[in-house]
Parts: sequence; structure tokens; C-alpha cells
Amino acid sequence: MRRRLHGIALAAGLALAAAAPIAAAPTPQGAAAPAGVSNIAPTTASATAPAAPTSPLLAMDGAPAMTAEAGIGHPVAGRYGLQPQVTNNGRFAHWFHDSILVPLIVAICVLVLLLLLWVVFRFRRAANPVPSKTSHNTAIEIIWTLAPVLILVLIAVPSIGLLQAQFKPAPAGAVTLKAIGNQWYWSYQYPDNGGFEITANMLKEKDQVAKGERFRTDADGPRLLAADNRVVLPVGVPIRLITTSQDVIHSWAMPAFWIKLDAVPGRLNETSFTIEKPGLYFGQCSELCGARHAFMPIAVEAVPPAQFAAWVRAKGGTMPTPGKPSDKVIPQPGAEGSAAKQAEGNAADAATGPVENVTTAAPSSSQGATGNPATGNAGQ
Amino acid sequence: MTDTALHPHAFVAHDDHAHSDADHKPGFFARWFMSTNHKDIGTLYLIFAIIAGIIGGAISGLMRAELAQPGIQYLVGWANWLPGGDGGLDHALHLWNVLITAHGLIMVFFMVMPAMIGGFGNWFVPIMIGAPDMAFPRMNNVSFWLLIPAFTLLLASPFFGGAGTGWTVYAPLSTYGEPGPSVDMAILALHLAGASSILGAINFITTIFNMRAPGMTLHKMPLFVWSVLVTAFLLLLALPVLAAAITMLLTDRNFGTTFFDPAGGGDPILYQHLFWFFGHPEVYIMILPGFGIVSQIIATFSRKPVFGYLGMAYAMVAIGVVGFVVWAHHMFVTGLSVNVKMYFTAATMVIAVPTGIKIFSWIATMWGGSLSFKTPMVWAIGFIFMFTVGGVTGVVLANGGIDDYMQDTYYVVAHFHYVLSLGAVFGLFAGFYYWFPKMFGKMYNELLGQLHFWVFFVGVNLLFFPMHFLGLQGMPRRYPDYPDAYAHWNALASHGYEIMAAGMVIFFVNVIYSLIAGPKAPDNPWGEGATTLEWTLSSPPPYHQFETLPKID
Repeated sequence: MRRRLHGIALAAGLALAAAAPIAAAPTPQGAAAPAGVSNIAPTTASATAPAAPTSPLLAMDGAPAMTAEAGIGHPVAGRYGLQPQVTNNGRFAHWFHDSILVPLIVAICVLVLLLLLWVVFRFRRAANPVPSKTSHNTAIEIIWTLAPVLILVLIAVPSIGLLQAQFKPAPAGAVTLKAIGNQWYWSYQYPDNGGFEITANMLKEKDQVAKGERFRTDADGPRLLAADNRVVLPVGVPIRLITTSQDVIHSWAMPAFWIKLDAVPGRLNETSFTIEKPGLYFGQCSELCGARHAFMPIAVEAVPPAQFAAWVRAKGGTMPTPGKPSDKVIPQPGAEGSAAKQAEGNAADAATGPVENVTTAAPSSSQGATGNPATGNAGQ
Repeated sequence: MTDTALHPHAFVAHDDHAHSDADHKPGFFARWFMSTNHKDIGTLYLIFAIIAGIIGGAISGLMRAELAQPGIQYLVGWANWLPGGDGGLDHALHLWNVLITAHGLIMVFFMVMPAMIGGFGNWFVPIMIGAPDMAFPRMNNVSFWLLIPAFTLLLASPFFGGAGTGWTVYAPLSTYGEPGPSVDMAILALHLAGASSILGAINFITTIFNMRAPGMTLHKMPLFVWSVLVTAFLLLLALPVLAAAITMLLTDRNFGTTFFDPAGGGDPILYQHLFWFFGHPEVYIMILPGFGIVSQIIATFSRKPVFGYLGMAYAMVAIGVVGFVVWAHHMFVTGLSVNVKMYFTAATMVIAVPTGIKIFSWIATMWGGSLSFKTPMVWAIGFIFMFTVGGVTGVVLANGGIDDYMQDTYYVVAHFHYVLSLGAVFGLFAGFYYWFPKMFGKMYNELLGQLHFWVFFVGVNLLFFPMHFLGLQGMPRRYPDYPDAYAHWNALASHGYEIMAAGMVIFFVNVIYSLIAGPKAPDNPWGEGATTLEWTLSSPPPYHQFETLPKID
């Protein structure tokens, strides 16, 4: 009983904390928007038009202002190479693959093919009726053992370097994006920016939605890739990506960033990257997660930092003061504040039942055991 | 244990006592349902594998049909044929996951393994080492008959909802993500198939260690026997780990344990470690017997002994050993620490070295030989090149940093189909044509065999090569529908499937025609290059061979 009370107290605290910034700032998004950025809705729009966009990243008609640049951030019909990279590690890995690995493996295949064609031609029965009896040659056996070893050592140097670069944790001042996998949509939290949460569902086609519901337009992005809410991230600022899941394992994948990180229930996985180019980038869930595995896309809109700040404020979030860690209470997955959002995003699929198993019980019980104040663990 | 090998009269005495001649066969039911004869059990395994291959291949046909164009074309209709079909999209999408799961499990556990180890291993390991039969003939029969209920359970599971977990059966999708009895049925199917393989592995190890003919030292054994010996050890060490992992899945699903559930202190990643500790040796279980078959064939049709025999044998041992310490390269994006990734990157690359030794030694075996290009040889040469192509993309994927892009994309699908569908399966066809005259006493049709090779070769390359491009463009695996930009290569791949299917029709025509009307096979149709013991016997061999053990010098 006592434990349950604790849980309720925690939930109430979280709910209050989550609601606070929204209540305090009734979307004066226009005020914070930097002037002179062309693809931001005019600051007065929200005041005048009732159907005005609620985000500074939407154009006047409510369509996304940013559309995909041809050939970047999404697959292209008939193309056979890697997608162009917009992060440092991505460009290095792209170079490693295209300039070292591919030439090497093509050379090995061509070598084996030529050797095979040569022996097939030269040692066919008509050309060589009497076979030799050679069955050993120590020198050549040593050569073809050591040569691959040397080649592999040469590959290992950039390969290990790439792993090191990818491992480098995000520096202080990075923007934290927490991607939470759900069956079958992504929800995102910005713990450094007030902990607001957005939910990204795949946009359906016009013929798949009921009248009046939002459907995908070309401005949203390609079929199966467009999401109703995009992840907005600043360019040139290190991003700390944290992934986890509410139910089964998902995987947050963004080919243009060279990022793929499993979202595992009960775990927080972390990586970092810095987007170098504003644009719209698409990825898809990359770990089998059930029926609609193919239908939970990832759409990232990378914008200049000022525009990001405007978007954050429009969402009811805050920009952290430099040098001061965020003091906001962040809703944890499974805590009531977040679970409510999840339920609203996925009411139809609530029957699967894993949600309460995963994490709700764990934080409240540990707090019950240690007697920590309800807010003590919430920021972790 | 060497007594039997040293005193061959023991077998003769036994036969005298039983008053049986070498070719005395029991009646139909006793022969095929209560068999203790390694050749009959081998034939049963081959028939089973062919049936499973037809089913697994047909499922991939359904998948290629659905993937031929973007959008959901057929799944909704198919789903309505199954019980519980509600006409809804989710039900249809679940069916997709059921199809990919069934395709993977059938091809791995009920096609490649039974054909390679159960089929060719049973048929030729005892003969090649000069033994009259397997060490435990009755257990051999149990091994085979365990597969029947296993396969039945797996095939029945779609009628109870269907297991849509992927062949990897990852938790928590396979625990609280999939209610209903289907996943339990699939798990029990794996248990039975695993028990079958463990019993088979015990049988092979005992047979090879204890029943070699006098003079047949380990270092004189044909490479196919070596390959089965290494494979048997991999099975023996890997499958119990799978059994443990899926037993934990069962108790998580049904008895409230939380091995893989973080809410109870468990961890989904633990399941992946356990699964891949089995799963990676498993891929060598599938390919090593293929190495052995190809070695026999290359030597036979080059009329030369295998080049670097000891290197070849111990390369397989090395692949087997290293294969046990590279498993987490399947898990590079699960959040492993950087040191773990570096280790598994380096260890995985090491496997390229013994594999390279094998490729080059096969070419060196042909070098200076007197090559004839009968159907088995054509398949074996095709194997070498296709396995090389699949192997080098393995070197790309071995880089943990590269996998932040490649993991779970079609690049991986292309890679493992090149080493399995174009590697292991080419090895299977090579072995089937090579030993067809010996097993059935009839010659296959050479023209149809060559035609089968070329049509199949073109088909599978058209089917799987574009998947590299799809993967490089970022298309994830296990998707029933994809963004329209991927349509081009998917359409090409589906046409490749059609060509491959035509090749399979040629194969079945050849088999049926040859069994009925093929000319009688001589004892040794391949000439002086065929030096292993099976070619000293009649075609087909007598029901009981080597009543007097052969002496090897």
C-alpha cells in the first residue's frame, strides 16, 4: 500500500512537472522565432489564423516547410551505393567502405574468378591429359596464409579507428534526444529541453485514412517514410542519442547519419553524432518488432540552432542555460506522465500488455525500498 | 574401443551367426520405418530435406511475389485463408512475419542440416572410413524420426496464429510480444530438431573415432569425413546452448520467469548472446559439410589429390574453433561496449584466413590437374566463386563500425544467401549429382544437370545480387512493403526467383527421369580421380558393406 502511494505521488509529481512549462507558456511560439529565417511561419500567423500551424517549422498552409532534398536522406530509385552521409563518422565510414573495402573485395573476387577461369581453360582434360601429382608446396601455403593476415591487419586499422570515433561520447552542451520504440511508432523526449515529448506515427496514404484525417503529401516525404511529427534537431551541435523501448526491441536507424542503435526494453543505449547539413532525413525501424515493423518510420528535420530553439519553445520546452545542467524533471518511460502519452498515441494497441511489465513496477518498487523522495530518481 | 577396428573378424562372426547375406533387405515397413541401416536412413533424410526444401522454397516464392512491387499485394488474401483471418491489415502483416520465420527455420533446420549431415553424412561417412554402419544404428533412426514431429509442429503453427518472431526468436517479441500457442510450437519444434541433431552428432563422433577401418588414420580420412567430424563437434557444443535459451523462452512465456524480461531483472540481450553462441557455429554447421563435399569433387574431377590436405583439414578445425568466439558480431548495434566491438571485429576477420586457405587450396588442387567438367564439378566450381563473393561481403560486415549502417539491411540478406543459398545449396547439388549414381545405381542426365546449373546460377545471382544494392541504399530486412525507391531492384530480384524456380523444375525432371530411365551406373563412373572407398563398392552399395573390413595403406 505504501509502495503504491509512493508510485502515485511520483506520478503526480511527474505529471505536474510535465504540464508546468506548457501551462506557463501558452504557446507564444512566434515570440521566440528568430526573424529572417525564410522557412519559418510568420510570427503573427498564430494570432490571426485559427487553423494556423502550431510549429514554427510548418508553412502557412500547415504543410511541412522543409522538404527532402533530392538524393539526400532517403533512398533513390535504381541507385546502388551507400546513401550520402551528413555526419563526420558517416563520411569516414562511407570513405572506408567505398575506397578501401569495396575495391579490396572486388579485387579478391576478380582474382579468384581469373584464377578459376585460367585453371578451367589451361588444365581442361583436352589441354592437360596427364595430371601432375603435386599436393604440397609449403612456400605457397605460407604465402596465402600470411597475405590475408596482412590485408586484414590493414583493414583493421581504419576499422578500429571508426569504432573509436563512433564511441566518443557527446560533449557537454550536446542536445539529448531520447528515442523510445513502441509497437508501432516512435516517441521522442528532449530531456535537456524541458523534457517535452513528441510522438511520431507513419503518415498513411490518402486512400487509407478516414475523411478529414491527415494523410501523407509529397511535402511530408516518400510513402512509408513520412511521419506525422518529425524529430527536429539542430545542425552543427553534437546530438546525444539515447534509445530504449516500451515493449519489444526496435532499432533506431538513420542511414544518412551512419547511425543504427537498438532500442531495448530495460536498457538505455547511447551514441552521438553531429549533423553537418540542414535537411530532411529518413530512416526505418531496423529490428523485427511485430506486424507493423515496416510502418514506423523515422524522420529527422535538421535545422539551424536558432530555429531549433524556436521549435523547442513552440513545443513548450526550454533551452538550457549554457553550463547549467537541466533541472527539469524528465518523465521516465513507464512513469505515469509518459504512459499517458503513450496510451494516447497507441490506444488501439494497448492489448499487447507489455507496457506495465517493462518498467512501471521497477522504479516505484525501488523507491519504496530505499525510501527516496519521489523526485530523487526521476531525473536519472 | 579400437578393438573392432583391429579385429575385423568380429563382424564376420556376427554375420555368420545371423545367416544373412550382404544384400538381404527387410520388408518395406521394417526397412523404412524401423531402419537401422545408415544408407536407408540417409535416403530418408534426403527425401525429407527435398520435401522441406520444396516447402521452404515455395514460401520464398510467396515472399518474392509480395515484394515484386511496392504496396501490399497478396498478403491480405493469403491471410484470409488461414484460421482466424479477420481481413485486417495487421493480420496480413503478421502473416508476413510468419512467412519469413518459417522460411528461415525450414531452410536451416529442415533442409540444409538434414541434407548435409543426415543425408550425405549418413550415407558416406561410414563408407568412406570403411565401417559397416554407424556406431549406434538404432539411435540413428531416432535422430531421423524426431525430425518428423518437429517439422509437423512447425508446419502446424501457422494454423494457431503463427510464429512471427523471425528465425532468431528474439525476446521479448517471442515472449510477451506473441501470445498464443504458435511460438511454443515453434520452440518445441526446435527442441526436437536440436535433440535429433545432438544424437546425430554423438553418433558421428563415435563412429569416426572408433569405427575406422584398419589403416584409416585420422590424417588419411577423406576431407568430407573431416568436415562432418568438425560439424558434429559444433552441433554437440552449440545446440545445448540453443536448447537452454529456448527453454528459458518457454518458461518466460508460460511459467512467469523473467530471464529475458527487464521488469523482473532479466535482459533481452542475454537471449541474443545465448542464441548467437549457437547461431554463429550454426552457419558453419551448414557450410562445413559443403566444404567437404566440394573438396572430394574437386579432387575427383581434377584427377589429383587435394592440395594441402592437412591445411584443408585443420582449416576446418580452425573455422570451427574460431566460429565459437565471434558470435556477438550479430549484435553490433545492440549497445555493446567499444572494447567488445573491437574484439569481435578482429576475431571475426580472423575467420577469413582459414577460409582463404580453403579457397586457394581448391584452386591449387585444380592447378596442374586434368579437369573434366561433369555436372558435380561445375557445381563445385560455382560453389567456390559464389562462396568467395559471399565471403568477402562477410569481411565488410565483420567491421563493427560498418554495421551501424549495414545491420539488418538487405546487404546482410544478400551476404548470408550468397554463403548459404549459393554456397551450401551449391554444395548440396554438387554432392547430390556426385553421389547420385552411387546412391541410386542410375546415372543422372548430364545435359539436364548442366542446364540445371546454368539456369539456377543465373537465377540466384539475379535474385540475390541486387539485394546488395538494396542494403547499400538502406532497405531494412523483414519488410513486407518498402518505399517506392526500392522497387527497381526488388522487381529484378523477383524475376531472378522465377528463373531459379525454372532451374528447380529442371532438377526435379532430371531426378525423376533418371530414377526411372537413367542408365545403370558403373561402380565408379568418375574414373581414376575417385579414390575414396565408396567407389570400390557396387552402385548402389550392398545393403551391408564391408563385412570384411577394407585395409587402408
